[in-house]
This record gives sequence, C-alpha cells and structure tokens, in this order.
Amino acid sequence: MKNTSLLIRTGIIIVITIAGLYLAFGPRRTPTAADFTYQGLKNNLAENINLGLDLRGGSHLVMRVKTDEYLQKMTEGDEQAALNAAQEAKLPVTGSSHVAANGTYSVTLELSDAAQADAVVEAVRKKVDFTNWTESRSGNTITWTLPSNTQTILKNQAVEQALKIIESRINAFGVKEPTLQRHGAESAGQILLQMPGVDDPERVKKLIGENAELYLMKIVSPPNPSPIQKYPTEAAALQSLGGTVPSNRKILPYSEREDSAPSPSGTPVPPPTEYVIVENPPVVDGSELRTANAVSQTNNDDDFQISFAFKPSGAQKFGEWTGKNIGNYMAVVLNGQVKSAAYIKSQIFDQGEISGKFTRKSAEDLALTLRSGALPAQIEYQEERTVGPSLGADSIRAGVTASLAGLIFIVIFMLIYYRGSGINAVIALILNLLLTLAALIVVDSTLTLPGIAGLILGIGMAVDSNVLIFERMREELRAGHGVAEAVSIGFDRAFITIIDTHVTTIISAVILYLYGSGPIRGFAVTLVLGLLINLFSAVFVSRTIFMWLLERNPQMKKLSI
Amino acid sequence: MFEFFTNIKVDWMGKRKAFIAVSIIILLAGLVSSIGRQFTEGGTDAFNLGVDFQGGTVATVKFRQKPAADDIRNALQTVGVGESVIQDSTDKQDEILIKVPNLGRREEECPNVDEAGRCFVKKALDTFGKEAEGAATLQDDQSAAYKIVGTDSVGPVAGAQLRNQAVIATLLGMIGILLFIAFRYDWTYAAGAVIAVFHDVLVTLAFFSVFQWEVSLTVLAALLTLVGFSVNDSIVIFDRIRENLTLHRNESLYNLTNNSINQTMSRTIVTNGLVFLSVLALVLFGGEVLRGFSLALFVGSITGTYSTIAIASPIAIWWQSKLGAAKVKEVQTRSSGAGGKEKMASASRRSVTRRPVTR
Repeated sequence: MKNTSLLIRTGIIIVITIAGLYLAFGPRRTPTAADFTYQGLKNNLAENINLGLDLRGGSHLVMRVKTDEYLQKMTEGDEQAALNAAQEAKLPVTGSSHVAANGTYSVTLELSDAAQADAVVEAVRKKVDFTNWTESRSGNTITWTLPSNTQTILKNQAVEQALKIIESRINAFGVKEPTLQRHGAESAGQILLQMPGVDDPERVKKLIGENAELYLMKIVSPPNPSPIQKYPTEAAALQSLGGTVPSNRKILPYSEREDSAPSPSGTPVPPPTEYVIVENPPVVDGSELRTANAVSQTNNDDDFQISFAFKPSGAQKFGEWTGKNIGNYMAVVLNGQVKSAAYIKSQIFDQGEISGKFTRKSAEDLALTLRSGALPAQIEYQEERTVGPSLGADSIRAGVTASLAGLIFIVIFMLIYYRGSGINAVIALILNLLLTLAALIVVDSTLTLPGIAGLILGIGMAVDSNVLIFERMREELRAGHGVAEAVSIGFDRAFITIIDTHVTTIISAVILYLYGSGPIRGFAVTLVLGLLINLFSAVFVSRTIFMWLLERNPQMKKLSI
Repeated sequence: MFEFFTNIKVDWMGKRKAFIAVSIIILLAGLVSSIGRQFTEGGTDAFNLGVDFQGGTVATVKFRQKPAADDIRNALQTVGVGESVIQDSTDKQDEILIKVPNLGRREEECPNVDEAGRCFVKKALDTFGKEAEGAATLQDDQSAAYKIVGTDSVGPVAGAQLRNQAVIATLLGMIGILLFIAFRYDWTYAAGAVIAVFHDVLVTLAFFSVFQWEVSLTVLAALLTLVGFSVNDSIVIFDRIRENLTLHRNESLYNLTNNSINQTMSRTIVTNGLVFLSVLALVLFGGEVLRGFSLALFVGSITGTYSTIAIASPIAIWWQSKLGAAKVKEVQTRSSGAGGKEKMASASRRSVTRRPVTR
C-alpha cells in the first residue's frame, strides 16, 4: 500500500524531471548525437531561453504620441473646412476662429445674420464631420465643441493609428522580432518599442519620427514659360499678399537641394533662401499615395529621386486638376518645404516625382515613410535604453558567476551542516533551478538580469524551506520521536510555515509584476515560478527521498541530519 | 549533529527597549542625512536618485584610448552640459560610465526627444574621434575612437511615472502582505510584521542616503524582495508562537514569544546566513548593473533578520497585551451571555488568545 504511493510519487518526479531536462536542454527538432555534447546542450539552452534586451542587447524605446497636437491639427483643419463650406454656399459668414488648448477644442463661425444660422449649419454638416461635436449658438456665432469623451476616443484612435504606421515602418525597415505595443495607462498615449539586436537606434528613430507630409500644391505664379514667382524673403512674399496671409494661401520655403541628409561635418544646414506662395487646400495629399520608390537614373549614391503613384481616387483628382492647369506650376511640398516645382506639361493622372539630390539612404527612408502614410501626430521619446551585445554578454557572465558562487556556498554549507540530509537538499535545489528554467521556457517569459537575481533569491527561498523542515526534524528527534515520526511531523509542521512564507512573497512579486516595468517584471516572474516549483522540489521531492530511505530501512534508528 | 544554538535561552523581549533604541538611532541617522543633504545649498540631494526616477542619461562608453575623466567633463561642458558624473567601470578597464542630469528637451539640437542626454554625450565624445556607428564594434571599425555600448535615457515625464509606480508598488505590496497575515493570523501580528518591514525599508533607504548609493529601478525590486524575506522571518516566528499557544496554555505570552524566537533561532541563523551568502555573491560578482540591487539586499538581509526579533515580535505582543487585557475584561463581564461565549470561541479557533502579558 505504502509502496505503491511511493512508486507513484517517484514516477511523477521522474516524469517531471525528464520533461524539465527536455524543455531546458532539448532541441525543438529531432535530436542528433551532437545535442548530447556539452556544447550542444549549451546551444540548445541558449536557443530555448528567451533572453531579455538587457542580456542579449537591443533597444527599448518608450514614445508618446502627441495626441493633443493631433486634436489641434484636426480642429484647425475643421475650422478651415467649415469656413470654406459656408463661403461656397454663399452664406453670410464674417469670420471664424478656433480654440485648441488645455483640453478644449472648438470651432466658431461668426455670421452677419443670425437668421441664416440653420442654413450655415446645414452647409457645414455636408462638408465637415461634426457628428460627435456639440453645437451651440449664441447671438451671431455658432460653436462646435469636442466633448471630452470624444476627445479620449479620438486620441486613442490616433495612438492606434500611429501604432499601425510605426509597425509597418519598422517591418519594412527589417527589424527582427520587434515588440511593439501600447504602454502604460491608455490616456498616456505611450507606445513601447523593443528591438533586440539594435543597439544604435538612431536610424530607426529617425524613420519612425519622420513625418513625411506630402502635398501637391499649386504655386501662385504666372504660368510657364515665365519663371516661377519666387521671393527672396518671407517678408517679401508676405508683402506681395498685402501684409496678411489669407486662409487660402500659404508661404512656403523653397529649397531645391536635399537637406534632410545628415551633413558629414554635423553642422546645421543653412536655411533655404527663397520662398513661394501656394494655394491652400492642396490638390492632393500623401494619403492618396499608392506607392513611392527611390529611383536613380545614374545610380550614383547621392543622386536619387522619389517616384510616386496615386490610388485611383487620388489619380482622379490629380488628373482633373492637371487637365485644367496645363502650364501652371505645381509644388511638391514635403514637411512644409517645397522640394521641387515643375510646370504641368500635360494632363497627368497617377504618377509624380520628387526630384532633388537625395542620397540613396535618405531617398529609401523617405519613400518608406511616404508609403506607410503620415503619422497622425508627432512622436516624442520619453525613455530610451540601449544595451550593446558586449554589455549584455558581460551581464550574463556576471549573473551566472554570481548564481554559481551563491549556489556553491549553499551546497557546501548544506552538506557540512546537514550531512546525509544535505544531499537531499542539494538534489531539491538543483531540481528547483532546472524546473524554474524549464517553466520560464514554458510560459515564454524572458530572462532578464534582474531575472537572474530572482533565480538566486529563489534558491535562497528554496534553501529556507529545507532548513525549516530539517530544523523541525532535528527538534522532533531531540524530543525523542523516532525517525519515521520525526520526518512526518517535520514535513507536516514545516509545510504550514512554508505555505505562509511563499504566499507572502508571491503577493509582493505579483504586485511587482503588475506595477513594475521592463526587466523588473522578469524578476517577479522568475521569483514566482521559483517559489511555486519549490513547493514541489523542497516538499514533495525531498519527502519522497526520505520515504525511500525509510522504506529501505523501516527500523532506522539514526538519521543523518 | 553539527549545530548552532541548539539550546539558547535568551530573553529577547526583555531587550526590546535597547533594540528599538538602536533602530531609532539608525533611522534618525538616515533622516538627518536625507534632510541635511536636501537642505544644504549646492550639496547632494537626500537620495542619489538614478536616471530611472529623476530623468537623465547614463551612457556606458567603451574607448580605444580612454581619456582622462576631466577631459571628458570638459568636452561635455563645451557642448553645454554643465554637470556630469564620470565614473570608471569597476570591472572593465576601457569602459566608463557617464551620467548626465536631466537636460530635458533641446528641440534645435536633438528633435523629438524628451531627454537629450544621449545626443549631447555623443556630441561631446565626438571631439575624441568618431563613434563606431550602427552595429559596428571598435574592432570592426579601426578608425573609430569609441563606442557607446549602453545607454539609459529617461525623460522627466517617464521618470516621474516610474517613481510613482515604484511608490505604489511598494505600498500595495505592504498592504497585500498586511491583509494576508491578518487573514492567516491576526491584525496584531500583521501590524507587527508590517511595521517591521516598513522599518527594514526605511533602514535600507537610510543606508542609501548616508552612503549616497544610487537608487535605481532595480533597487525597488530589491526593496520588495527584502519585504518578502523580512515577512518570511516574522511568519516563521509567528507560526511558532501560534503553535506554542495551543501547546502551552498556561505560559505567558512574554515567555512564549521568547521561547518561540529561541526555538527558531537555529533556522533563522542558517537561512539568513545562506541568503546573506548568496547576496554577498551578488555584491561581489553581480557586476555594475546589479550594484544597487545587491547593496539593498545586503543591508536588507541583515536588517530583515534583526527586525523580526527586535521589532515585529515586541510590537505584536505589546498590542496583544493591550487588546488582550481589554478583551478578557469584556469577555468576563459578558460571559453569562451567549454572544460572549461565541466571541471567545471564535477567537480561540483562530488560535489567537487574548491573554495578559506578565513577566
């Protein structure tokens, strides 16, 4: 009877140990003879375990989408669109304004005749999506305000959109196994990007942050063959407009040469010297792009252009407009700067080109940015951690050395202090370490440097369980109990304490996991796993070993403890 | 049998005033250190907060030819970084840690970054030669003079966020433990254990303030770990007190507590000695990145053991005695009523006897 229960216990232990060994050191394919060499086992372990960025090297970036800027831009755009809609309908609108600050976003139209308010609202509704805005009228003004719950929804959408765009950009860039996810509280608008193996994230950062806003706009200028009407300063351009910029015009800097490529000396690029005036609502914008590519006639590394093609809807618009504007000048505006200007030779439907002397790298990056679409708002970096592979390797070495040193101290002590039973404890400890590694692999958690520290502390806790049990057994032996009885009482009594101590530590580890960030989570995970496994290794396994001893020698008078 | 302390009979409770005095002295030292530092003009702050909590940048830089610390400081000054800490790596000859306080946003020089530290460090170091960029190492690029092998750059917003998270995690951790012990034992024990834990955290922080060790995110993990360990110690003793309460019904709580501490002393010494040894291994071999973590645990493993005996148990039995006296009285006056009996029964079922403490 007792024998069968002992056999079952032993069976369970053997199965779990083999499973642990396979999970930690086994290959995830048909094993070969090479898998059983020291090097083979080591390679398999390295392959199975998911190392954190701090150990394998990589970048950890926390960025924030400037969602308030997104709402601000949207409000400004809606104001312009509302004004245009009312003016197109020939309604008596005398002015418009908007508020976009401190969490208030609103658009106001002023009318000369309050009786026309209904007509204005109707005209605006047709062109502008004010469905989720609250409308209010007072005297001669109509105001649309964005309620705060809608703000939250829109901000959230902006972050989600940014997330998608960033994803397509880093995927196209070829970052391997990136982690990209929302970070922190939803209202914070944060995104976490982890890139293993990338320890100099500057180019990726530049690529993500680059906001390639592309517009094709009509230049206000006499048509070809006269040259483009340019102005030497912004003031001169402003003067030609009579001192103020009307809402349907914009003054933009015009620079033919490419200046987004980093200059070799690191000196700032001189500001553009000329300005042009363009008509405001652009003909088409970057969202109509179907594709964009870096191309070069000469294949010279700093002589690249970007060719782009429109989606059908954009091609339709563009074709219509170019048909009406043959001979006029059109500007390709990238991020508020005119990159190239050309006159319309004939009706063009779906193709265009941004000329200018781009380097290959900047042209490729720019084409990629254009393809992936514009970010809804700018991105700023709040946290940036990078670990080079050499630093990571040093950390692994330090962590492993410290763990081994700790383990050796403990093993020596246990063997001296508890003699025969010390062997029992050492088996439990090593099993604990093996199964914790296996469990880490099973739950697909990453092993970080604090995680290694968690392993060491797990060993500490595991030893504590053994010590509690052994001390209790010694006490019972001193009190005159027989060996079998002492073992039984020792385990039973100590088990209560062990459960209590484990639960309290698990509570603090779980809270650390919930509120901690990054590598700290790795610490919490290994600690919790180590503790759970300890209940098996220090209590179940250890007890089974004692049971075997007693089974072989039921009349045992002295226990080596 | 090879054993330490098999048969000790120390009157721990009798020394409680001395113990508490020692704790108060250490805590006062920490308080004086932190307040003194905080209010000394131009001096250091109460805590040497790492970049995790106050924002700023730490860069680990590997040099082909390591320049003098002063030269690096001057180079940083030239690009406009007034304050900086240059620290040699303890285990690497050619590596250096450069810590730059919060520079915040510098939109003209380094666009779209909440913390411009990394960008400025690079700018300053470029005066010593160029960096091995991208994936290239110093070996790959023989013309390069240095390589930034690791950076931690945290903006003020993220720093504040991490700081708040840290405080919340520590407090919630303690509340969680309090509730669990209250559920398993009694409020008085819970209070004793949590005050002891609080004491450990404060003592550890006192050391961090006095010696100006850097408080980083991993120190938080260490603090929570030592919270766990310290509570473990308290629980082992409480568990023994609970057991002894049922075995020796006529013993005073004062003696019971002393006996329980003495009976578990062997385990206390062995376990904590071993934990101490593994922490010592961390301090010695754990490397630069884990330094704060190891030091916090080093202090914590000592104070955690001490506080269980010196703080948790005295508080638990002191409170018990206050409550006990009141409770016994209450039960006696109402012993004729059924309600009184029930209360008594439920109290004893949870093995918490409200008995008066006598010497």
